[in-house]
Amino acid sequence: MAMLEIKDLHVYYGIIQALKGISFEVNEGEVIALIGANGAGKTTTLHTLTGILPAKTGSILYNGVELTKTPAHKIVKMGIAHVPEGRRIFQQLTVLDNLKLGAFTRKDKEGIAADLEMVYKRFPRLEERKTQIAGTLSGGEQQMLAMGRALMSKPKIIVMDEPSMGLSPIFVSEIFDIIESIRKDGLTVLLVEQNAKKALAIADRAYVLETGRITLSGKASDLINDEKVKKAYLGD
Amino acid sequence: MKHRIKPATRKSFITYAIMIAAFIFVEILVSTGNASNMFQGLLVPFCVYSISAAALNLTVGILGELSLGQAGFMCIGAYSSAIFSVCTKDTITQAWIRFPIAMLIGGIFAALFGVLIGIPVLRLRGDYLAIVTLAFGEIIKNVFAALYVGYDSNGLHFSLTSQGDLNLAPDGKMLINGALGISGTPKDSTFVIGFIVLMISLVILYNFTNSRTGRAVMSVRDNRIAAESIGLNITKYKLITFGLTAFLGGVAGALFSHNLSALQASKFDYNLSILILVFVVLGGIGNIRGSVIAAIVLTYIPEALRKAGSNLTNYRMLIYSIILIIMMIFTSNAKIRGFFTASFMRLKGIVFKNKSAVKEGE
Repeated sequence: MAMLEIKDLHVYYGIIQALKGISFEVNEGEVIALIGANGAGKTTTLHTLTGILPAKTGSILYNGVELTKTPAHKIVKMGIAHVPEGRRIFQQLTVLDNLKLGAFTRKDKEGIAADLEMVYKRFPRLEERKTQIAGTLSGGEQQMLAMGRALMSKPKIIVMDEPSMGLSPIFVSEIFDIIESIRKDGLTVLLVEQNAKKALAIADRAYVLETGRITLSGKASDLINDEKVKKAYLGD
Repeated sequence: MKHRIKPATRKSFITYAIMIAAFIFVEILVSTGNASNMFQGLLVPFCVYSISAAALNLTVGILGELSLGQAGFMCIGAYSSAIFSVCTKDTITQAWIRFPIAMLIGGIFAALFGVLIGIPVLRLRGDYLAIVTLAFGEIIKNVFAALYVGYDSNGLHFSLTSQGDLNLAPDGKMLINGALGISGTPKDSTFVIGFIVLMISLVILYNFTNSRTGRAVMSVRDNRIAAESIGLNITKYKLITFGLTAFLGGVAGALFSHNLSALQASKFDYNLSILILVFVVLGGIGNIRGSVIAAIVLTYIPEALRKAGSNLTNYRMLIYSIILIIMMIFTSNAKIRGFFTASFMRLKGIVFKNKSAVKEGE
């Protein structure tokens, strides 16, 4: 059984239909990329998954548990961490406070302290700046903070929404290296990206979204050579 | 720097020190006879407005939502505590037992209403929340202004039309007399009690903001979606904050009602809500100490101008508004603020030149 199974998901914003019945699955240990243009429904998919948006019909099964009726704050407890789009960190709090808040659903003090060390090891820059107000970090550092914060909840699956958005090429490479290392530690990653080239390079499988529907899917290594994908998303 | 104190802790202790110093100063002024009657009459209102403003700062500054209904919560606190005191005045004769209970009752009733209206209202954001809380405050005021309550041997009687409709037995007693409000509330509020309550409120507020819960509330303010994405129950934290603001507002209301022999609901109009919001904004949004100082200064200025002499009295509100505008410019303009900070630091440098070992912040 897949770790995460999305079946025929329909989501509306008022009367506007954003997702027109999408289905996909994520297996444990995989890196799955969801790629697509602006307005394709990538973020909507993630927000429905993490309980921020309600689904009209369809189901999301996580290890057999239905998520569409579960409130957002309980979903995090079940092991799904969300790195929201656009580096949504807590601007006016310190880096350390941001990270501590990532572990909000946890009670094990020692585990939290150990994970904080782990996050600092992965992002040494965050340790240097732990007392700094998060809003004063650079864009790339803020993205790292958002990722570190998500890791603090000790997730089984981490859902990332356009981690490379608005970052310089060096930072983009760094972010993708980090995703690679997160996956090596045994985490499952669901990655939403516009940077299709980079996303397909590290993903196991990928789904292509177009205006609320999945139009293509398959192994990432196959999709990267697909003529249609090349033309539409890789700019070749 | 032998042992480091957390900046947040230091900030709160500086505030406590300032408050205690101000309290001692005022007590000395009063006992040596250097305080005018007007000033002495203002001491309890200082506490009332300070508590209410500091509490509102929790919703406005820490939660980041605009509430215009603080007067409504004060009204509930004032009335519920006054009713309690009027009813128990003969049975509990010691004020030091009765009054804390009365304040607690005022706070609890206000918090109850805060949570009740918070459940539907906190789904709204920004302007809409402001409008609904404004309406709430007005509704509360008008309901109390139209309410007649009396009690006799048969129990409590309520009416929304007139005193006669209560059909009180001859031994009955009026509690709330419509627009005339409540009279006969024991005058339990003193500056000392007000100051103690203010200090307790400050301790509660500082500890709340620096707690795990406080951080959670601030994260909701900074970014709602991110707060949801880390698994925070947003509604719960909003309600806790709103409830605490209402509770302290109610306590302030209780302090207010026990300072007056007659209390009318019309005192809790939307001007009062706005006034308290002005204290919060001018004191600095999110700055609890600032709210207290602004509340005291801005309560004092209009009264001082009223006394200042016949010429000034006529222009009292004009001068007051000019002061408000100047303060607003000074506190919001980064350049002007920077200038003052720099000169303050220089001054500090001169004063502490050879005494760098002197401990900071008293």
